[in-house]
Amino acid sequence: MTAPLYTSGLFGEEASLLVAVLIGIGFGFFLERAGFGSARKLVAQFYLTDLAVFKVMFTAIVTAMVGVALLSSAGLLDLSEVYLAPTYWTPQIVGGLLLGAGFAIGGYCPGTSIAAFATGRIDGMVCALGIITGTLTFAGLFPWLQALYLAGSAGELTLPQLLHLPYGVAVSGVVAMALGGFYGASLIERRFGARGQGNPQ
Amino acid sequence: MNMPPTTSGRAAQPYMNPYVAGIGLGLVLLSAFVVMGRGLGASGAFSNTAAWALNAVAPGAVEGNEFLGPYLGDGSAHPLKTWLVFEVMGLFIGAFISGVLAGRTAVMVEKGPRVSGAVRLGLAFGGGMLMAIGADLARGCTSGQALTGGALLNAGSWAFMMCVFAGAYAVAWFVRKEWI
Repeated sequence: MTAPLYTSGLFGEEASLLVAVLIGIGFGFFLERAGFGSARKLVAQFYLTDLAVFKVMFTAIVTAMVGVALLSSAGLLDLSEVYLAPTYWTPQIVGGLLLGAGFAIGGYCPGTSIAAFATGRIDGMVCALGIITGTLTFAGLFPWLQALYLAGSAGELTLPQLLHLPYGVAVSGVVAMALGGFYGASLIERRFGARGQGNPQ
Repeated sequence: MNMPPTTSGRAAQPYMNPYVAGIGLGLVLLSAFVVMGRGLGASGAFSNTAAWALNAVAPGAVEGNEFLGPYLGDGSAHPLKTWLVFEVMGLFIGAFISGVLAGRTAVMVEKGPRVSGAVRLGLAFGGGMLMAIGADLARGCTSGQALTGGALLNAGSWAFMMCVFAGAYAVAWFVRKEWI
């Protein structure tokens, strides 16, 4: 049987909700392990004193990306059955800038606000309430934002397609970029390094 | 630096090595691709929650909204009975388990020494609002776009991710008193 197991019909929708909880538990566990239930640990990325956000994110991306590449080249995973969100350049660029600004101001991103809330951080809970309020605000403004929301549509588009590179070359390129980034991060931390590195603050 | 008082009364353990935690997170993401054919997410669960809450206080207001309406569903199932809402409930449980095991749970407000708790909470709320508008425009957040789309080499996700870092570095200087 070829993965994904759900799309190939191994189990139904009710069971998929149990899978969701289990995958969520793993997600939340490693976010908290990494220190991402702490706003100060997260925003240290933006003051260059602790680059754990960059290191964890890119290690996770590289791990999953290489796993997907190996499994699909071995014929075990049908990549065409894995959901790929369509690209809309303009709202994704504007949205990324807004989310980044909100991250530095609020101290969390949506997922980590829940991890912070779960470990008792009141600011994490308040941030999560802000996200719900912001969603309602966005919904209220949607008639005026709809043109921006739909601008720059490019459909399902991957970096290998965009750059006219073979899939394996793009994967190798991202791995090389990440390794270079990790080396650069170690140099930056040596220059701006935090006190009590790697410890809860 | 002083450790926060923890609810367990034990000293908080150091965080996991970021590369080890990253491999763990990457394997969770890979398992989502293999088992479900989709990645991780967070902001979508907030949209379901917002749709459900608004519908509870103002029946009919959500159906007519082109953005939020789809998050309410077609009425055949409870609006919170979605894959992402269950995944985020798991996220809460997993983070709690990790925090308890490491003695890192503490009822507290995370902030720098130069800002009051009230100001910090106001900024947490405002930052959350801004993030939601960003995530709703981009059709995903750091989880659904940056991590998931990043691993799938999704072009729009990579543009989004670069802009998240750019946006954060652009405002970090202006809110430095909140943190350092």
